[in-house]
Amino acid sequence: MIGNTSHRAIKDEYDEQRLFASRAWTGFTIIVLLMLALSARYVWLQIFAFDSFSTRSESNRVAVRPVVPNRGMIYDRRGRVIAENQPAYRLEIVPEKIPGKAAGLEALMDELSTLIPLDEDDRKNFHMSRDNYREFDSVPLKFNLNEREVARFAVNRHRFRGADVVPYLARNYPYGELLTHVLGYTGRLDADDIASVDAGNYRGTRTIGKIGVEKYHEKELHGTSGFERVETNVRGRVLNVLERQDAIPGTDLILSIDVAVQRAAWEALGDRPGSVVAIDPADGSVIALVSKPAYDPNAFVHGISQRAYNEVLKAPGRPLFNRALRGGYEPGSTLKPFVGLAGLELDLVTPQTRVFSNGRFYIQGYDRPYRDWKDTGHGWVDMGAALEQSVNTYFYQLAMDMGIDRMHDYLAQFGFGSATGIDVPGEGKGLLPSREWKRAVHGEPWYPGETIIAGIGQGFNVVTPLQLSNALAALVNGGTLYAPRLLYAAKPAGTERAKRVAVPVTAQVAVRDAENWQTVLDGMDRVVNGLRGTARIIAEDAHFRMAGKTGTAQVYQLGADKEYVEEEVAEHLRDHALFIAFAPVEAPRIAIAVVVEHGGAGSRAAAPVARATLDAWLDQEVEREPLP
Amino acid sequence: MKRWLPAWAGAPRLDPVLLVLLLLIMGFGLIVLYSASGQNMALVNRQAVRLGVGLLALLVISQVPPRVLRSWTPWLYALGIAMLLATLVLGVGRGTQRWLDLGLFRFQPSELMKLAVPMMVAWYLHPRILPPDWKNTGVTLGILLVPTLLIYRQPDLGTSLLVAASGVFTLYLAGLRWRVLFGFAGLAAAAAPVLWLVMKEYQRDRVRTFLNPEADPLGHGWNIIQSKIAVGSGGLTGKGWLNGTQSNLEFIPERHTDFILAVLSEEFGLVGVLLLMLAYVLLIARGLYIANMARDTGSRLLAGALSLTLFVYVLVNGGMVSGILPVVGVPLPLISYGGTSAVTLLAGFGMMMSIYGHRKFIR
Repeated sequence: MIGNTSHRAIKDEYDEQRLFASRAWTGFTIIVLLMLALSARYVWLQIFAFDSFSTRSESNRVAVRPVVPNRGMIYDRRGRVIAENQPAYRLEIVPEKIPGKAAGLEALMDELSTLIPLDEDDRKNFHMSRDNYREFDSVPLKFNLNEREVARFAVNRHRFRGADVVPYLARNYPYGELLTHVLGYTGRLDADDIASVDAGNYRGTRTIGKIGVEKYHEKELHGTSGFERVETNVRGRVLNVLERQDAIPGTDLILSIDVAVQRAAWEALGDRPGSVVAIDPADGSVIALVSKPAYDPNAFVHGISQRAYNEVLKAPGRPLFNRALRGGYEPGSTLKPFVGLAGLELDLVTPQTRVFSNGRFYIQGYDRPYRDWKDTGHGWVDMGAALEQSVNTYFYQLAMDMGIDRMHDYLAQFGFGSATGIDVPGEGKGLLPSREWKRAVHGEPWYPGETIIAGIGQGFNVVTPLQLSNALAALVNGGTLYAPRLLYAAKPAGTERAKRVAVPVTAQVAVRDAENWQTVLDGMDRVVNGLRGTARIIAEDAHFRMAGKTGTAQVYQLGADKEYVEEEVAEHLRDHALFIAFAPVEAPRIAIAVVVEHGGAGSRAAAPVARATLDAWLDQEVEREPLP
Repeated sequence: MKRWLPAWAGAPRLDPVLLVLLLLIMGFGLIVLYSASGQNMALVNRQAVRLGVGLLALLVISQVPPRVLRSWTPWLYALGIAMLLATLVLGVGRGTQRWLDLGLFRFQPSELMKLAVPMMVAWYLHPRILPPDWKNTGVTLGILLVPTLLIYRQPDLGTSLLVAASGVFTLYLAGLRWRVLFGFAGLAAAAAPVLWLVMKEYQRDRVRTFLNPEADPLGHGWNIIQSKIAVGSGGLTGKGWLNGTQSNLEFIPERHTDFILAVLSEEFGLVGVLLLMLAYVLLIARGLYIANMARDTGSRLLAGALSLTLFVYVLVNGGMVSGILPVVGVPLPLISYGGTSAVTLLAGFGMMMSIYGHRKFIR
């Protein structure tokens, strides 16, 4: 029974009033108790948990963002801009802000791709690079958006929480492939890169020098990151900058490369794969460093697609291969001046010592002939004539008298067989053979015949174009072997003028008798200016006097009794043409090494390239412009 | 009455205590709203106009004797049911059908039922003998269940619970036996799993989120977490008016409507919260006092039920903002931005004033 309606049929106003009052009191008591409970909750939140929530509120409000330093510009020796920064936009995602974990991320990318085309590469790269960032960092998804993509995103921005289009400065190389093998390029920062740098300084940096000067001088070019503490709203929009420490921009670098000379060498090479390295013997600075073919570095800056990369990788002539630094060539006769100097300095010959060449040279007790390039021989020749006419017999004899070990030790002083130490990563070491080397590597004894051909730069000898030109620079400057430098001067942020950067000296070759050195240089002078010089055609109309030495690197090993006839050999088996030169003879300002692959004889294919390069350098109106 | 006051001001229908408390709460509400709306004066003005309309309704209704109000009750209830049905067919609103576009303004019929249901229950029980017997209890439950289910269908869980609560409170005040009340409570608890089954997915999400907000801090849990951060970071005295970062930087969702208490807590701290709570408790106490002074059964039940319902508003909203109750769309009375709710509440207080004006003078 609920109400006692059976025995109380009329309303009792007084009873109802009392009942109500009791219910109201009970109700009010419960209300007060519940209100106290609710208040206790607020007391807990606002008093006891205040510190924790206060911190969370602050971290909601304030974001610390890295301020990325502008990468240093790169100029050539004459102040031409060869690497610059251009405004660009990239699409970034903050994974932490995307609800729904991986599936949510994929959905977001699908949605984004309706505005900004995203291919599989973009997604793959994004996922790979995610590992390098913290969850709340912004991870780049696509670089170098075009204007329409930026505009489309801007209109739809509210739909994409956690994604944003961010302005940045992208590297640009105005000279494209001409300087690729010097500058390298910058690309997306990956896990290996992060391991090699100060991660704190790269918090906001998204690209890094991958190869070339960009990689070697990454530290100077990058600069020092700053930071700013900003107040952001829930959508991450910055409302207020609370504190800011500016970034220190990267150092501007001035390279010793002269683009005009570089271009002259590049064009003189024509369509043939090859390399030109020119060094100022006075200071070890690199004037030109050409490797051909090359590729456009700008394609790599924004993350090259796998397909485009494969195309470059498989292109004829292997454009990715830096011949100047890594190309290993038999030096051929270009080694003769060094072998000759060794003979003189080691007192094995004097400048007047004569050797008779009849076209064939034999080791006693063997019947294998070692040929001169002139079938009838050159007759009696001294050092000068032997260099002028490139007389093999003279150097066969000298090598035999010297022995391979003494030859190795002397030539090693000029940097053969070891890296030059140039400021570009990844150079090759070449090979300067010795008895010890052969035993260690091939497990075989040294044969006398190998010494003979080593005397004319054949056999095991391997040099890089860079090594060759650097050794030549040491030969003409009186024995100072530099670790050649592309970096010529540096202009740190905030300084008025660029400062020269010293070129480190690797070794000083002892000069026992300066006349010996002069004899070799005179011999090289006769190569170009002598009546019988192998490269005398290139001296025509020159405004300066130059000296040089031709060389031919065998690609195809002929049988001992066969004669090499260029026209009969397929082009890819033809000899590489080599030429080394310096000028002006009186006071050398440039030492150059040229390799033209499969160019045949050095005098014909390589010497004109050298001439064009020397012209570009020495015929310039201005000798030295003030540093930028 | 004092001579120098205009006649209407001296009318004996207005309870000065209630009026002062209401004005204090509303004034504070507008101040908080200015900050919570991102200092949008236009929005504050709009709300002030609505409160003005509500106060006008309060004044008018307070002059109508309870007897007359009671005679309107069945019509009002019928109108409310009709409009709820119309909403189901023609309603407008984001994903839910709560609003009825009346041309001049949009109206939320469910809000009307917050008044109409306790009025109707009081109307029905007024001539009956109390405590109600089985039959009367059954009829009363029917009166409150029909609108509750209609509102739940909209779907609007918060309002339907409030409407049901207002009816149940009337029954409670009418003296329904405790064991019956507990029996209902037991039934409700037993029905909870069934309720889970008939709930919409978004409502289930709210419950899940309530149970563990950190599981999805950027999705469903976001509101509760950010609201708690706002409240907690307010501390004892708050960050100061207009200085709430959680609010200004839009971390608090629905900051000028359902979550405005988070803004208040952040900017005015525990002191502000407790003062507001105190004001509400005083308002409720005064309402119950008026009910106790009422001349007849219907008025007594109505005034009491309205007071208790006001408490449910405060408890549910305060619990939701501080993360101890699930997020249901219940506004903070007289402070949250929104027209219908404020006008309805003030109309309800108008009835209390009327009841106060026609109270017994001698016990």
